[in-house]
Amino acid sequence: MSDRSADSCQQVVELVTEYLEGGLGASERLAFERHVAICPPCRGYLSQLRRVSTVAGTLSEDDVPERLRESLLEAFRDWKTSPKDR
Amino acid sequence: MSAPTGEESRLVEGLRSGDEAAFARAVDRFTPAMLRLARVYGLGADAAEDVVQETWLRVLKSLDQFEGRSSFRTWLFAILGNCARGRSEAERRSVPVPSFEREESPSVDESRFFPAQHPRWAGMWSTLVDSWETIPDERLLAGEARDRFRAAIDTLPARHAAVFVLRDVEGWSSDEVCLVLDLTPENQRVLLHRARTRLRAALEEYLRSDSP
Repeated sequence: MSDRSADSCQQVVELVTEYLEGGLGASERLAFERHVAICPPCRGYLSQLRRVSTVAGTLSEDDVPERLRESLLEAFRDWKTSPKDR
Repeated sequence: MSAPTGEESRLVEGLRSGDEAAFARAVDRFTPAMLRLARVYGLGADAAEDVVQETWLRVLKSLDQFEGRSSFRTWLFAILGNCARGRSEAERRSVPVPSFEREESPSVDESRFFPAQHPRWAGMWSTLVDSWETIPDERLLAGEARDRFRAAIDTLPARHAAVFVLRDVEGWSSDEVCLVLDLTPENQRVLLHRARTRLRAALEEYLRSDSP
């Protein structure tokens, strides 16, 4: 990444995932944390991205389309009773 | 690479012994994410379903070759990737190139910040940013918010959606996601960031419109 300084809020918002994922170097991390410590809106933004990630974990994906599910179970029965495949 | 968990070992045992209920649970557990991933290869809904079906058949036929050196799901999704790539090539669609193009659009619309020419506050927030720390989960993702969030995931580019779903919805590690999607750790983080920032914006819009 070309510019990873954390002088302005506009730079900080680009670094949040790198920060959360441990992708920043030691000095970049320190600069990020210093900025966030004195900047309430950036703290708010950090909390927002964290929540996006954590609430997503409470989502379950859609149900399996019924037709596909049925045809998979049928394929399983075929496989089970067909010795050459086992 | 992570070895199978106890739950996965039981699943593999169940499949080997022909336990249909175990297979049905595995289908319910993994198929939605498999369909999502198949879409990354440019496949339409029907082709993605075919690929998922082909993948499960291959998995059943090669169960004996699964040695448990990787987790079951990494193995499953690697097979899915191969099937999807094959199908995509057969359809002569443009397979997403492994090389990575950086998107240049900003995480937050620039109108939210003071302009670069501002003598004192250049690049600093010019608008309020609410903390979401204390908002209850139910408000963020219940009922309509959940539908909006899901719809927003569906509008993401396929690779962004795949990374987001595997990492944040399914809880995979970044190593596993990089392996299955053939991404470098840095590219994986960029895709994840883009996905999270777009979903953040969608959720923010919903919360603002829903405010009493």
